[in-house]
Amino acid sequence: MHKEATIRKPLILGHKSYHDITEDVCRPIEGKAHRMWYILFTIATIIAIYGVGCILYLLGTGIGTWGLNKTINWGWDITNFVWWVGIGHAGTLISAVLLLFRQKWRMAINRSAEAMTIFAVFMAGLFPLIHMGRLWLGYWVVPIPNHFGSLWPNFNSALLWDVFAISTYLSVSVVFWYIGLIPDFATIRDRAKTPVAKKMYSILSFGWSGKAKHWNRFEEVSLVLAGLATPLVFSVHSIVSFDFATSVIPGWHSTIYPPYFVSGAVFSGFAMVITLLLVMRKAYGLEAYITKKHLEYMNIVIIVTGGIVAVAYLTEFFMGWYSGDEYEAYAYMSWGAATGRYWWAFWALIFCNMVAPAFLWIKKVRTNFTISWIIAIIINIGMWFERFDIIVLDLHHDFLPSSWIMFYPSHVDIGIFLGTIGIFFVFFLLFTRYFPVLPIAELKTIVRGSGQSYKNETAISPAYSLEQQNLAKTKPEVKLMYKGASTASPTKAKDTKSHTESTIQKDDLKKIEGIGPKIQEILNASGIITFADLASTTSDKIRKILEDANLKMHDPTTWPEQATLARDGKWEELQKWQDELNGGKEDN
Amino acid sequence: MANVVFYAMYNDDEVLKEGAKELVAKGIKVNEVYSPFPVHGLDPIIGVKHTRLGIMSFLYGLTGLTLALVGMRYFMISDWPLNIGGKPNFSFIENLLSFVPVAFEMTVLFAAHLMAITYLLANKTIPGMPAFNPDPRTTDDHFVMEVRLSDNQNFTEDEIEAMVMNTGIVELDQKRI
Repeated sequence: MHKEATIRKPLILGHKSYHDITEDVCRPIEGKAHRMWYILFTIATIIAIYGVGCILYLLGTGIGTWGLNKTINWGWDITNFVWWVGIGHAGTLISAVLLLFRQKWRMAINRSAEAMTIFAVFMAGLFPLIHMGRLWLGYWVVPIPNHFGSLWPNFNSALLWDVFAISTYLSVSVVFWYIGLIPDFATIRDRAKTPVAKKMYSILSFGWSGKAKHWNRFEEVSLVLAGLATPLVFSVHSIVSFDFATSVIPGWHSTIYPPYFVSGAVFSGFAMVITLLLVMRKAYGLEAYITKKHLEYMNIVIIVTGGIVAVAYLTEFFMGWYSGDEYEAYAYMSWGAATGRYWWAFWALIFCNMVAPAFLWIKKVRTNFTISWIIAIIINIGMWFERFDIIVLDLHHDFLPSSWIMFYPSHVDIGIFLGTIGIFFVFFLLFTRYFPVLPIAELKTIVRGSGQSYKNETAISPAYSLEQQNLAKTKPEVKLMYKGASTASPTKAKDTKSHTESTIQKDDLKKIEGIGPKIQEILNASGIITFADLASTTSDKIRKILEDANLKMHDPTTWPEQATLARDGKWEELQKWQDELNGGKEDN
Repeated sequence: MANVVFYAMYNDDEVLKEGAKELVAKGIKVNEVYSPFPVHGLDPIIGVKHTRLGIMSFLYGLTGLTLALVGMRYFMISDWPLNIGGKPNFSFIENLLSFVPVAFEMTVLFAAHLMAITYLLANKTIPGMPAFNPDPRTTDDHFVMEVRLSDNQNFTEDEIEAMVMNTGIVELDQKRI
């Protein structure tokens, strides 16, 4: 069992039983979607269709529809590629690296972060494909025997390493994500009411049944995939950085690129996770799971990785100057860039990536949801500028003065970029609508150790809801961290069975048809005092209690069910049923 | 002889573990436990052996690595060596450094995907399979322990029933096959 020091802040607020977790995550999936979801989905789809249209125009007409020229041969295309891949790295870091470090706080965010990764890497992958020009010859990168004398791709080239890296990363991320989803799909399948939902989730859950051996394999596979995905995160973005570092362009040809790019990726990725998750948290009422502590930890990762990026900028600036190389004087992180024709792009980068994240050092700022969200968006913009600066600034002012030229994006450049944002949101909105956004099974494993009411020692077992633990009627002393929480009592409830009648209110068991005052006395003596007690006792047990008291003629079959209705306050339903019953027995 | 299967349902994982310990101590063989999440500490109690999927993954990774290195040696050194800026294209050792990225990616690709396929096949959780948990609540918040009479020939049906009832269950279901 996951054990944690009680002094640590809880990871799950309020009082959550196992069933509550299932309900909280499944509720947005079952039932109708909020109107805002339809509005956002429509907007995203329109933008996505426009983007797809731009892509088709590009493929049909050619790369000339972009703003590229013979000096600046990589523009928004590769900027967007690296931007999306960078964003994608946070999800894997959260699921894989934090799993290896046993950080339980990852559980609130890993499912959505992985989904974000997959959709982001999918968007990233579009750009190398469409920037080829002749996409239909794209299969030439794969080493298969051919009629050109079997011409093979160049395995010494970083561009080909990229092909293997991105494909591996995308496919392994999908596998990792899906394997974790299977048990949760089984949960939704077993609750599904409509036949369409039942069929869909039956197919998606692959027949998962929760056997002990299967869970054993599940945990091993999760661990091994995490172990594989961790070096994958580092290797993939290092290889992406090699696209630049292995060249000779001033500003690109720098050994700091691999660690700089990897931290930059985690930096922008976590910013995107914050951007998405803070909205989702409010939209789906997940404040008990995605807490201030989670926000603070994510911001701390941003501070660390942003710090590495800042140090890399300072290093580039210093080394460019120190080398005395005349071409380095105009690279993207140099005095020439700060004062040249792209000064606005340079200063945007400095502000968004160095100045804005610095505010996160202040605790009040990094625990504030609104400010963190704004800073996260600024960081995303800043990281786009970083890739733009690296590519366009370095290319526009390299070796030969007669080649120096500005870059102007065409409407196709802009359309495709916005289009990928649209497609990303289409996927992400579909994900939040039909897939569980929190890992249901994983969260249940930490409720006992990290749930707020278990740390307070006000609750005993997440098997029981508040009512079942007789905590519902006691007054709260603790100030809860969020509004709308269920009231957790401060009294120590050590044993559900031995409570005195003076502290707990007795329920009138005579309301159950079939129970008279004598039977109520007998039940009270056996420890069944409230409707909740009666509801959680099987009819066989009640029968035994009655037999011990020599009352053999009563049939308690319907009593637990009646008590469930009474416990939940469904008096009308209970009355209706009791009208059908005859002395508490079902009439056949 | 007809087989009887007992499905003992719990709603608390600690109670489940205590119950399983008691039953196993008395000599009963627990056939299976269905739970909504992995119950840590249960496997050694009911005798579930640790999976060898990790070892399989390592072997698959080695396969990927070998394929990648052999492949690149063939493509770049023996079949069609290219003149890339005059760099030594005849020696595999001297080019090994630039072959590392692709070799690493292929290792991870094979290890991850083949292990995932093995996992799904071993669990028999493949697209189209029906679910076989005895109660839909086992994927929500209940735990079901399955005990078969045929595995426990030293006990009578009533003995097993009595022992199971003593372990803090919330429900008991018996099926005759």
